[in-house]
Amino acid sequence: MTTATYDEKPKRNAIARWLAADTMNGIKRQRALMGFLFIAPTVIGLLIFIVGPMLYSFVLSFHEWNVFRPPEYVGFANFERLAGDSRVFVSFKNTFILMFMTVAILEVLAMALAILVKRLTGGLLGYFYRTVYFFPVLLSGASVAVMLGYMFHQEFGVINYYLSQLGMEKIPWLTSSNVVLITIALTTVWRNLGFTFIIYLGGVSALPEEILEAADVDGAKGWRKLWSITIPLLSPTILFATVTDVIKMLQFFDEPFIMTRGGPGDASRTVVMMMYDSAFGNLELGYGSAIALVLFAIIMIVTGIQFYLSRRWVFYG
Amino acid sequence: MATLSKNENQSYFASHEFQQLRNRINKFLGFGLLTVIAFFMIMPYVWVVSTSLRTPAESFTVPPEWIPVDFDVSNYEEVFEEIPFWDQMANSFIITMSVVIGQVFTASLAGYAFARLKFPGRNLIFWIVLATLMIPGQATLIPVFILVTRVLGLGDTLGALIVPSLATAFGTFLLRQYFLQIPDDYEEAAMIDGANQWQIFRRIYLPLASPGMAILAVLTFNAKWNDYLTPLIFMNTEERFPITLGIVRLQGYMGTGSISVVLAGIVLSTLPVIIMYIFGQRYLLEGLQVGGLKG
Repeated sequence: MTTATYDEKPKRNAIARWLAADTMNGIKRQRALMGFLFIAPTVIGLLIFIVGPMLYSFVLSFHEWNVFRPPEYVGFANFERLAGDSRVFVSFKNTFILMFMTVAILEVLAMALAILVKRLTGGLLGYFYRTVYFFPVLLSGASVAVMLGYMFHQEFGVINYYLSQLGMEKIPWLTSSNVVLITIALTTVWRNLGFTFIIYLGGVSALPEEILEAADVDGAKGWRKLWSITIPLLSPTILFATVTDVIKMLQFFDEPFIMTRGGPGDASRTVVMMMYDSAFGNLELGYGSAIALVLFAIIMIVTGIQFYLSRRWVFYG
Repeated sequence: MATLSKNENQSYFASHEFQQLRNRINKFLGFGLLTVIAFFMIMPYVWVVSTSLRTPAESFTVPPEWIPVDFDVSNYEEVFEEIPFWDQMANSFIITMSVVIGQVFTASLAGYAFARLKFPGRNLIFWIVLATLMIPGQATLIPVFILVTRVLGLGDTLGALIVPSLATAFGTFLLRQYFLQIPDDYEEAAMIDGANQWQIFRRIYLPLASPGMAILAVLTFNAKWNDYLTPLIFMNTEERFPITLGIVRLQGYMGTGSISVVLAGIVLSTLPVIIMYIFGQRYLLEGLQVGGLKG
């Protein structure tokens, strides 16, 4: 009987039949299985090296631990202390000011440069601009902080030298609490512009030519074409660049740490610096973890808001 | 036709000459912006190179000289004396290349799965992946240190800097966005032609996403090459340091006023990244053109 022959080798065929490519369900299952296999390396890696350690940090934030003695459970004491810590409040304020300044400049400038490079240049000239814009990204944050730190020096710095040649007063770039955040924002924009630029350039280059040409034929020009065609088509790239830049800037550390150590006073102290000082400076690992968790929660909320708002303006072709 | 008759009594502002003039002004302003920004992007590094070629005593002369006249290489010699430069460069290369290859591999698979494959829990898992992107690296540093040194036994080895970085939430997100921008007509056409699921990924989507992969490779190379906080915590033996730590060690000389030695170190440690970028740029360029989604 035919059913008997089926029964003789059911094990070998069970999976193959389940995934049979000639049925719609089989293809769906194939794709689902492939999906799980494809995300496995990433998900496992992230679980072991980010999610797991993060959970450990979470546990740690309810403890007092100075490495030498075993951790001691203290309940919400770290969070209560944090809520009343004016230095933590100042560091959050500084971080948000820096984030708004840098992200605003970065997104507008990088998108403008990417569109201009794509439209106006080609060949060797395009290569030149791309290379020059990306160049500072090749330097480490530490190197950039050191070299721009020298250049921003109030007395001996190159920048103030040229400003005084122009008849302006020497600006206390790193020593005035009113200016220091601007200095650090400029330094960060200088180093990160090429990064954001290259992401926008990738997005601009992947725009479907047919639609842009169709827009030309229809007579859409200049700002109108930019607002009603280029930007909507670029919106997945804009969302990506903005979300990653905001996250990066909320985790701001290298430049202020090396250029000013958070000074003058606490004028350039960021949240991650506050956390670093608590955990590695004062060996208050529990308190440091609590600051990290609050920062994490705030980054989550900010990103959630961005994604929620993106439903109104991001367009997937 | 209506438009034609309108064109006949056009004003100067709608005239062909005005359009041409406007285009020329726009082009001029565009190039102006491109060039001004380019100047500010390159100027500080020119200062660094020229200062690194001057004797320490002259490093702060005013007005600053932009073209090095002394060509005093003693600062560079001092870099080789102070740190095991070549060992540290080799370490940086091994660490960086391993991480680049690993990340492009894992992220292109996962990015494709999140963009184009449907499986139970996809959105939830993607949100978890995105959430890991928001975790400040410093927040996981202590637990990762304990894990890598005590559990995996990789303390003070190059593996300590490679293994934890093979999976990437950033790269997964980046490539997912690239895969999403590719119209799904391609997939239907391929299915009709009898391609199987693997072929659809390998032959159609992967080549179209190559700009994203090239960009991920360049960005990862650079991020890993320049990382200094992680090696600072994981590595103890100077011969196993990546070059960034060597530079950190040179920066200790800042206090003694040898700014030009620090700047010479910065120049030397940057050269390989610049060379890699010049080579990588070609692939980046080709990738950008291949992936241009033309028909």
